[in-house]
Amino acid sequence: MRTGAKQADRGETVCAVRDLVKTYPAMRGRRGAAQAPAVRASDGITLDVHRGEIFGLLGPNGAGKSTLVRQLTGLLRPDAGSVRILGHDVVRHPERAARLLGYLGQESTALDEMTVSLAVETTGRLRGLDPRRARAERDAILGELGLEELAGRPLKKLSGGQRRLACFATVLTGERPLLVLDEPTTGMDPVARRAVWAAVDRRRAERGATVLLVTHNVLEAESVLDRVAVIDRGQLIACDTPGGLKERVSDEVRLELVWRDRPPLDVPEVAALRSAARASGRRWTLRLPADEARAAVAAVTSGAAFAALDDFTLATPSLEDVYLALGGRSEGLVKA
Amino acid sequence: MSVVPVQAVAEAGAVPPGAGERDGYGPAATLAPRARLLPALGAVYRAQLSRARVARIPLLFVATFQSVGIMVLMRGVVDSTEEARAVVSGSSVLVVAFVALNLLAQYFGQLRAGGGLDHYATLPVPPAAVVLGAAGAYASFTVPGTVVTALVGCGLFQLPMANLWVLAAVLPLAGAALSGLGAFLGLLAPRQELATLCGQLGMSAALLLGVLPAERMPTVIGYARDLLPSTYGVEALSRTFEPHPDWFAVGADLGVCAAVGLLSLALATWAFRRAASR
Repeated sequence: MRTGAKQADRGETVCAVRDLVKTYPAMRGRRGAAQAPAVRASDGITLDVHRGEIFGLLGPNGAGKSTLVRQLTGLLRPDAGSVRILGHDVVRHPERAARLLGYLGQESTALDEMTVSLAVETTGRLRGLDPRRARAERDAILGELGLEELAGRPLKKLSGGQRRLACFATVLTGERPLLVLDEPTTGMDPVARRAVWAAVDRRRAERGATVLLVTHNVLEAESVLDRVAVIDRGQLIACDTPGGLKERVSDEVRLELVWRDRPPLDVPEVAALRSAARASGRRWTLRLPADEARAAVAAVTSGAAFAALDDFTLATPSLEDVYLALGGRSEGLVKA
Repeated sequence: MSVVPVQAVAEAGAVPPGAGERDGYGPAATLAPRARLLPALGAVYRAQLSRARVARIPLLFVATFQSVGIMVLMRGVVDSTEEARAVVSGSSVLVVAFVALNLLAQYFGQLRAGGGLDHYATLPVPPAAVVLGAAGAYASFTVPGTVVTALVGCGLFQLPMANLWVLAAVLPLAGAALSGLGAFLGLLAPRQELATLCGQLGMSAALLLGVLPAERMPTVIGYARDLLPSTYGVEALSRTFEPHPDWFAVGADLGVCAAVGLLSLALATWAFRRAASR
């Protein structure tokens, strides 16, 4: 588990966001009929990302993470607030963002019919590299990410995870001091994930690169992020190191119970836990103070309750628990 | 909620190697260079051509067969050399309309709907390079189909092939005009289906107004024919089948084609900018 140690050696601010507001009309058609209530996708967000950090935006789907990064990358104009990337005002000069950062969006439509090799080379050329340099970077990056074997295949023919890795490769060409990655590891197998994080770490260690990462995967957030901003309904509800966030709920532990068939509600101890549990099929999840959790474990591991119990786990809090404790909605966060 | 204090500008002094130079006093980092127009255009052209090669070859066959089929059908109803000229030149340019207008409108519509424009919008590349590169690739992709159609047509209707070299001018100019129009429609359409529809309609217009001899059309339709950029390419090609072509008129037609091409490519670039910065 990481601690707050990283906070001590903060570098300069690479990305400064102040009071960012973006409201979508729920009906996006301009000539539509009466518009449904507007959605405040960014609701007064303020945050700083420092040089060399891997900074995460964590939240379930629809929380406003992608809207936030689209404003940072100059793709979307905020209604109010400011965004400064490496000292440049990208609200006033959105076109500068492309010269400061590399962006991995969620879509690969533009590259789908190109081969992996051509997609990386072309992206390098469009980042201003000369042909020789673009080819050299292409070869180096494909090697680094283990994509050589797939180099000649069109992205469309690859699996979801492989395609994601190829898109990630295009972000690395024409080196940028800031990488903005919107759920880069979606669909990837562990090998590809390791390749991504190794490539990110290398750029951070050797060149002081900064990474802004969007994720809804709590395990990934805990293992790779230096700091994390927790986003819910367009608002930033907390911003700290994963360790620091977890300290906020450190007096609680998470107890998961999986029943064989149905919960033995005739056992009084189990019935008492019922109200505190979040049930999902045969699985109950409880967040309890440590002593109560011990008592609950004792109760369910004896007698009739134990006969009905399939499995149980007792764990220290994860970022998901933090998220719930902060009042976020749990649906949509992934643990994988 | 923890709010991190804004870092002092003075801290900007310590910059790790390779992180981009700073100007010493100001807080702003040096921007990476822009991609210049011509190299970027070349890169997009090359990528699009290879993309099209993978995905569009079957469609090129369709376009060519369609045009050859139309000429075979028209053979029964055409009774003068003048009409034969119109049919052959209209069918040849139709291949361009199919690929450059119809397919490009679909491509840009799909790109816009699928969020693919974000990729280009977050690269420091001039919008004109993306539009021109894609339009150029689609237009060059029509070359074999157009040449085959023209040759087959000359064979079917016993037209002289001596001046077919004029295709070298007709193709890029009609290609520019039609692909600019296609890109414009595709980028402007609010929905992907509308982009496809516009592309199809444009191609149908090029088919009906280009292949059918102009003399038989009602006046209103004749005006519509005059508005369609491909008409001037058709006319130019048609004139060169005459025994003694009026080269001045051919040049004038090609000039109109070129002007419309410039205009439609400029409009397409504007539409790209608009679509990419929503």
